[in-house]
Amino acid sequence: MEYALCMVLIAVGLYGAVVKKNVVKIVISLVIIEFGINALLVLIGYRAAGCAPVLNPGMTVATFTAGAVDPLPQAMVMTAIVINLGLLILMVALCIRLYERFGTFDITEMRRLKG
Amino acid sequence: MSLLVILLVLMIIGAIIAIETTNLLSSIVCMGAVGIMISILYLFMGAPDLAIAQLVVEVLCLIILIRATISRDLTSVTGDREFFGMVVTAALVLVIAVAGVMMFADFPEFGRPVMDRIAGTASAEYLARGPEQVVPRNIVSTLILSYRNSDALGEVAVLFCAVLGALAILRRPARKQEMEKDREADAV
Repeated sequence: MEYALCMVLIAVGLYGAVVKKNVVKIVISLVIIEFGINALLVLIGYRAAGCAPVLNPGMTVATFTAGAVDPLPQAMVMTAIVINLGLLILMVALCIRLYERFGTFDITEMRRLKG
Repeated sequence: MSLLVILLVLMIIGAIIAIETTNLLSSIVCMGAVGIMISILYLFMGAPDLAIAQLVVEVLCLIILIRATISRDLTSVTGDREFFGMVVTAALVLVIAVAGVMMFADFPEFGRPVMDRIAGTASAEYLARGPEQVVPRNIVSTLILSYRNSDALGEVAVLFCAVLGALAILRRPARKQEMEKDREADAV
């Protein structure tokens, strides 16, 4: 159920990225795809009633290993979040330039992209 | 119905509103709401580091996107691309979504990570040996900063390249020269 809802979120983002005409909306759709994929990765590493992978004082390593959620997907999602910020900066810079060049955000109006 | 399902359904509704609304500014704000909801989801999934990072990145995303759209005319471009292509793409997206849902239905049940099912995975090793091998008690920080620090180095390199590319795109003089070249080409 939870995995399926994440997949639905990814599909909503994919629909927006393919169908919409507005460039900024395509960027927003790509960000939504990123949200869905990150949520899916974190949900795969979730343990039912698990604690955060932080070793508190007074907690033995054995109970910690048996009770903490999976830290590896979280580390990867942390990297992905930061990289997606860089990607968003690049895409928004392109959007600003395209608006200055063509005077619109409509991608069907941008005819001379082939150089 | 658990809190997680409610959060995910709210995120899907927010995403649909963000994609379908006509006003671009409210679309960006809806995307920000989805980001805040995913931050709450991380908090309940036992990932406080991710929740903090997502919150900071979300605020930055909002500022950047509003900078891109504020004081622009003609921002509310509505309508979709031509009808037949839209139908075909919608059908394709539907097929992809159904295939993904069927694939995730084959996953083992929710709430049992891989390290519970298979002995000797990397995650279990990190959890068991991290506290004694490395000083920080936060295993996610341990993973990013010591076990997989070359990964973090690559991340910094990618971020640097992205910011460099954005600066190169946004720089004024280079852009003007290029437009003059284009005008000359048009004149010829």
